[in-house]
Amino acid sequence: MSTHDISLTVDGTTEELTVESRTLLVHALRDELGYTAPNVGCESGKCGACTVEMDGDAVKSCTVLAVQADDSDVTTAAGLAEGGLDPVQRAFHDEHGLQCGYCTPGMLATTHQLLDENPDPTRAEIRTALKGNVCRCTGYGNVVDAVETAAERLSDAESSAEPAGSEGERDQRAEPPRPEGED
Amino acid sequence: MFPAEFDYERAESVSEALEALERYADADVEILAGGHSLVPAMKTEGREPDVVVDLDVPALDAVNALDDRTVLGALTTYATIADSGAVRSTVPLVAEAASEVGDLQIRNRGTIGGNLAAAHPGADLPAAVLASDATILLRNRDGKREVPATDFFRGDGETAVEPGELLAGVRVPHADGGGFAYAKKTHPATGYAMVGVAAVVETDGGGDGDADRDAGGEGTVSSARVAATGAVDRAVRLPSVEDALVGDPLDSAPIDAAASEARADIDPERLRADASASAEFRGELLEAYVARALETAADRAAGDTPTA
Repeated sequence: MSTHDISLTVDGTTEELTVESRTLLVHALRDELGYTAPNVGCESGKCGACTVEMDGDAVKSCTVLAVQADDSDVTTAAGLAEGGLDPVQRAFHDEHGLQCGYCTPGMLATTHQLLDENPDPTRAEIRTALKGNVCRCTGYGNVVDAVETAAERLSDAESSAEPAGSEGERDQRAEPPRPEGED
Repeated sequence: MFPAEFDYERAESVSEALEALERYADADVEILAGGHSLVPAMKTEGREPDVVVDLDVPALDAVNALDDRTVLGALTTYATIADSGAVRSTVPLVAEAASEVGDLQIRNRGTIGGNLAAAHPGADLPAAVLASDATILLRNRDGKREVPATDFFRGDGETAVEPGELLAGVRVPHADGGGFAYAKKTHPATGYAMVGVAAVVETDGGGDGDADRDAGGEGTVSSARVAATGAVDRAVRLPSVEDALVGDPLDSAPIDAAASEARADIDPERLRADASASAEFRGELLEAYVARALETAADRAAGDTPTA
């Protein structure tokens, strides 16, 4: 058995830790570092509850060795919030896109990648993108509503933040609207 | 579920990987590419290698589209293949098959090299590389070795890769006009193909397809390559279907006749069976999905907009 010293940036914080070769990223995040947003669900790579963003891509952290994630930038669902719920989280809240909420952190991570790449997805595209996130409460209808709502709000925020005449700046994401009273 | 203990080594070049394979020649070694076949197998299927050699080789994560062929490095992810404009324009069948793999998260990490080397009997890309007449590119301590896709898949998890060898990439020739399609019946639990059919059909008839059609004429099939995954223990070509297509127009009646040959090359005893589909049902699916793939290929050959 070999152990490895790795460095990860998780939700903006640089973390140094030593992992076994066989340590899975989800266990490094939860058990070693205390980031409990990614959940352990099926453990076979099907359910998506452990999904986090790794260097901008949604990945199933139960199917990535922690040592493979050395030097990467990981964002969990908790790291999406900035002084309050982010627009995607807010939309899941408003549309009741969750029941027990166990799958929700993974749904949020996947939704972020979807909306980064496709800001105006159809309902079919939303369903396709979330294929790898299973909800045992069968709440998919509201989840799709939530992603649609998030896409609309992000699009509105972006267009209102853009000065007239400038369009097509891909990397410019508008400041998310701050929900009142949220901590 | 945790994998059993193993030693891990990262290889940052092909030569480092080959050196590691040589150094561990007496051990049970696995090569890690994207990890989306190997890691689940190590968690749930009792796969317990002594050593895992992790490929972290940027040169193998590359798409090289040339005039008549496209070379995909082994570490190219499904997502890159599915989304790459170069792949979609030069070898669209491979892009279409990659877009059908698993889900978004799996496509972000899983790689074509890992997929082909793992040789799952229901994997999507083996059918696509067979129907594309691709060549698998191997590296070993003596240099390089090339294996036609038709000789590469040997069984469930078995390939032509020999000990000490590394799958470096795949070379896919560009099709010469015509149509293509990958049609898949997805296994409801695993996401692999219960049956998947890849087809590349080239037509001629004295002009390009559009002009022919506009003139009321029809191109005839000059060559066809049709491959199936999921049906038996490996991806296979279906030569009886291919032979039935050649010389006829790519229309409904000849397609139905060709699809009816789908089981001619497959020993019924070899058809896979599981809780979702009996062997007999898989045979029925095979015929139906051959027809679907060919119908889509015909639409595309006729100039309809591909939806890949």
